[in-house]
Amino acid sequence: MKSLRKRNKVPRKSNPSSTVEKREVDFLKIGIYIFLILASMPIFLGFLWLFIGSVSKSLTYGIIPEGFSFKNWRFLWEKPYPSWPDIWLVSLNTLFLAFGVMIIVVAVSTMAGYVISRMKFPGRSFLLASTLILHAFPAITLLIGLYYVLRVLNLLDSVMGVILARAGLFIPFAIWIMKGFFDGISWDMEMSALIDGASRFQVFRKIMLPMVGPGIAGISIFAFITGWSEFIFVITFIRKPSAWTLTSYVNSVIANWRFVDFGLLAATSLFYVGPVLLFFIFTQKYLMQITVGGMKGGR
Amino acid sequence: MSKRALLNLVVFLLPGLIFTFIFFIIPAVMTGIMGFTGMDYRFQWNFIGLGNYIRMAKDFLIGKILLNTTVYVIGTLAVFNVTFGLILAILTSSIEERAGIFFRGVWLLPRFTPPVVYAVIWLWILSPTENGLLNTLRLFLGLETIDWITRHPWGVIIVTNGFIGASMGMVIFAAAIKSIPRDYRWAARVDGASWLQEIGHIILPMIRWPLLFITAYQTLSLLTSYEYILLITQGGPFYGTTVWSLYAYDVAFSSYAGTFAFGYGAALATVLVVIGIIASMIYWRIFKFKEMMEEPKIEIT
Repeated sequence: MKSLRKRNKVPRKSNPSSTVEKREVDFLKIGIYIFLILASMPIFLGFLWLFIGSVSKSLTYGIIPEGFSFKNWRFLWEKPYPSWPDIWLVSLNTLFLAFGVMIIVVAVSTMAGYVISRMKFPGRSFLLASTLILHAFPAITLLIGLYYVLRVLNLLDSVMGVILARAGLFIPFAIWIMKGFFDGISWDMEMSALIDGASRFQVFRKIMLPMVGPGIAGISIFAFITGWSEFIFVITFIRKPSAWTLTSYVNSVIANWRFVDFGLLAATSLFYVGPVLLFFIFTQKYLMQITVGGMKGGR
Repeated sequence: MSKRALLNLVVFLLPGLIFTFIFFIIPAVMTGIMGFTGMDYRFQWNFIGLGNYIRMAKDFLIGKILLNTTVYVIGTLAVFNVTFGLILAILTSSIEERAGIFFRGVWLLPRFTPPVVYAVIWLWILSPTENGLLNTLRLFLGLETIDWITRHPWGVIIVTNGFIGASMGMVIFAAAIKSIPRDYRWAARVDGASWLQEIGHIILPMIRWPLLFITAYQTLSLLTSYEYILLITQGGPFYGTTVWSLYAYDVAFSSYAGTFAFGYGAALATVLVVIGIIASMIYWRIFKFKEMMEEPKIEIT
C-alpha cells in the first residue's frame, strides 16, 4: 500500500497524462493477448490437428496437410484389426453408458436433493456430512473394492456395470448440487400448494421440478460427458470386445499404433471427441455453473 | 413424523441410499479389509494380518515412488494448478470480458475431453518421430529430433497434467477477482496505480483464501489422479514416473505386471486414503480456525 499512498499525494493533471496512460494500457492488453494466444497454442493446435490430420493423405511439418483423403476414416466401415468390434456397436455402447449415467444420476439426485433440502428428518445433517465425506474418496481408492462388487454381481465386462459404478460415485456430488438448487427456491409456492391439499410428490413434480431446470440441465450435461468420457472404469472393468466403448477403442489404437499411424489416431479421436466438442460449445454456460461446485473425478 | 411423511422420505431417499451403499460404501470398506488379505486373481479372503504393510515397508520401489509422488504433486501444483491458474485468471480478467470468457473456455476444454483423446493430442505433440509438433519445430530450427517422453519424463507429466489442472484454479480465482468490489480497483487506477501494483496490492491480498483453498483441494486431487500418466508415459521409464496411485493400480490390475495382487493393491490404496484424510484434517483445521468456510463465488459468466 505504501507506494500507492505516495502516489496519492501527486496531484493529477487531467488530459495529457490520461492519453499516455491509455496507450500504455493498450500495449499491455496486446501483450496479454499475445501471451494468452501463445500459451493456449497446444490446445488450439491439438484440436486443429485432429481435424486436419484425420482427412489428409499426409502431413508435412506435423500439421500442414498434403492431399485430401478419407482413408483414415476407413475404420467406420472396416475393422482396423480383425478381432476388434464394429465401431457402430462401440459407439452404441458409449452412448448407452453416457445416457445410463445421466438418467440414473439425474433421477436419483433430484429426488434425494429435494428431500434433503425441504424435509426435516432425523439423521439429515449426518446424511449431508457423509455425502461430503464420500466426495473426498477418490475413485482409485475404491477401484479394487468396486471390482470385487461388480464381479459378485456378475457385472464385469458389461457396460451396465460401468454405468452403475460411475453413477454411484457421481450421486453424492450430484445430490449436493441439486440440494443447492432447491435451497435457492422460495418456500411460498410450495407451501400454498401443500396447504391446498397437493401431495409432496405432486408439489415435487409440478412445482419444484420446473423451477430447478437449470440445475437438472447442468447435472445432465455433466453426467452425460462424464459417462461418455469415462476412462479408468472402462479399461479396468471391460475387457470383452463386445462391451468396448470408444475409450477402449482409441486406447487400443494407441496401444497398436502409438507413434505410427497418426492419421488413424486423429480420426478415431475426433470421432470420439466430436459430440463433446458440440456439447461444450453449446452448453458451456451450464457446465461452468456446475464445474466450480465440485470437480470431475476429484480433479 | 406422520406415516405419509415417512413414506415420502423413503421413496425419495431410498434410491440414493441404495446406490451409495452398494457402489460407494461397500467398496470403500472392502478395500480397507482387502488390505489385510493376500487376495489375488482367485479372489480368496486369506487373511495375512499386516503382511501387505510389511511387504510395503520392504518394497524396494516404495522410496522411489514416494519421491515421484512428491515431485509430481508439488511440481504440478506449484507450476500449473496454482501459479499458472492464477496467471490465467488475472490475465483473462484484465482484457475485454468476452475475450476473457473465450480463453477460459479454451482452457476448460481439456478437462472435458476424454482422457484418451487428450493423450492422443499430446502423443502427437511429443512424438519422437518427425511427425510430432515439437520435433517439427526443432527440425525447423535446424536441430535434431528428440524423444521428449523418455528424455524429459517429468516435464511431460507436469505439463500434460498441468494443462488440465490449471483450469480449476483459473475459474475459481477469476470468480474471486470478479467479486472484488469495483471501487477498490477503480480507486487504485484513479490514484495512478499501475497494472502490476493493482495486482500486487489489491488482487492478491483479496484472493488469498481462494488461493489456499485451491492449494489444499488440488493437493488431494493430484495425489489420486494418475490416468494421464498411465496413458502418456505409462509410469516409465522403469517406474521413473510411477506415482503412488498408479503403483496401486499397477499392482492390482496391470496386465504386464500380470500379478493381480488385489490385497497388496488395496493396502497401497488404503495408505492413500489415510494420507488424504490426514491432509484434509490439517486443511480443515487451518480453514476453520481462520473462519473461511465460505466458498468462493460461483458464477463466472
